[in-house]
Amino acid sequence: MGQTSHETATIIDVEIPSPLRSYTEGAHRVRVAVPLLAPESPPTLGGVLAALDGGYHGIRFRIIDEQGRVRPHIRIFVGQSVARDLRALVPVGQTVMIVAALSGG
Amino acid sequence: MPARTSATRPVTLLVATRKGLWTLASDGARRTFRLAGPHFLGHVVHHALRDPRDAKTLLVAARTGHLGPTVFRSTDRGKTWKEATRPPAFGKSEGRVVDHTFWLTPGHESQPAVWYAGTSPQGLFRSEDGGNTWNGVDGFNRNPQRKAWCGDDKDGTPDGPKLHSVLVDPRDAAHLYIAMSSGGVFESQDAGASWTPLNRGVRADFLPQPTPEYGHDPHCVRFAADADRLYQQNHCGLYRLDRPATTWTDIGGSMPKAVGAIGLPLVAHPREPGTLWIFPMDGTDVWPRTSPGGRPAVFRSRSGGDSWTRHAKGMPRAQAWWTVKRQAMSADRSDPVGVYFGTTSGEIWASRDEGTSWRAIARHLPEIYAVEAV
Repeated sequence: MGQTSHETATIIDVEIPSPLRSYTEGAHRVRVAVPLLAPESPPTLGGVLAALDGGYHGIRFRIIDEQGRVRPHIRIFVGQSVARDLRALVPVGQTVMIVAALSGG
Repeated sequence: MPARTSATRPVTLLVATRKGLWTLASDGARRTFRLAGPHFLGHVVHHALRDPRDAKTLLVAARTGHLGPTVFRSTDRGKTWKEATRPPAFGKSEGRVVDHTFWLTPGHESQPAVWYAGTSPQGLFRSEDGGNTWNGVDGFNRNPQRKAWCGDDKDGTPDGPKLHSVLVDPRDAAHLYIAMSSGGVFESQDAGASWTPLNRGVRADFLPQPTPEYGHDPHCVRFAADADRLYQQNHCGLYRLDRPATTWTDIGGSMPKAVGAIGLPLVAHPREPGTLWIFPMDGTDVWPRTSPGGRPAVFRSRSGGDSWTRHAKGMPRAQAWWTVKRQAMSADRSDPVGVYFGTTSGEIWASRDEGTSWRAIARHLPEIYAVEAV
């Protein structure tokens, strides 16, 4: 976790729930490099998920619908807080945790 | 008159369930079936089809309870699978969300890479690369009349309103039919650029105006062996349409009153335009959606629906409360035709004699959503 040498991207850790590990070859946690729009601005959740999809194509659409909303049974935490808006900021050092909510039969 | 010769060949059933995909492969006589699977265990698989044009491409419409909808593809008869690069999804400006892809249809013989998909809520999508990338059919999805035809995305059946029964005229790639629960049956003569309601003669007795231009609830529409004839299993009964006529004929009135003419699936004979099979369900009172009276049976007509015969030999005689969903009944192309259905209780039933007698060939599967004989 931290900014890259050129300070054009930052590295964010993303926790992957079991329903999505077919995309990450079984990995529970992956690291993604997220481009920064400005060196002093942290990335957004949308930026993190776009970077995640760049490495693991198709994963984003399973958790975010075509209107940019988190799907009904998915929760995404930035640190300890639930984030429902892709514009939410992801401070450097925070982990993004994707959770498949407990539901269904 | 020469003796009728039997011409049977092996059949494979693609069995889409609420918890994954299985296959049942027969021997040449269709006496024994070998169950294989699951594939995509835990995925809700609404439909699985093999491309009849190349006999090796398979598409699977799937989602899970948590994850959004997608399409899986195989180009090697199911040995390996890849996810579609761009599954069916509405455009950002449309403001709508695909809950699941419900129905898959291969395109015309002359367009070997084309597929169509119907979604819940009602949307029509087209792929021109064998199901890898999908685009909305704007003539329907962005049609200014779409909301008037279909209602709101939250209207419709408990599992969500659906676009299904995408039919491509085998003689004309630009001639399409679609059906929607709810919305009715629509026809396009220009490859989906424009659509015309095709519901005259069909009841919609759940609406204030029982014979509207659109807003009906067709459950399943199929071509007869002759593509100038359509059959429809509807929320309000059974119908036949012989083109170029545009008024459907009620063929449910000849069903026994105690059984009724309501059901979900309908299957047509591959060579005899007058032969079709249905599986009635209880659509009375609060719509139990079970076999009527707990006595499951297939009904067959050899007269285009003018008369029906009940066929339950081999099935339970009482206390069997399962039913058959709209995609869960299929016929092969052998002679005599094999007919198959999958139940909400996870059983597959097969007939080798055109629906006269039946036996269970698989049990204990999850709730079955679709059966395709390929």
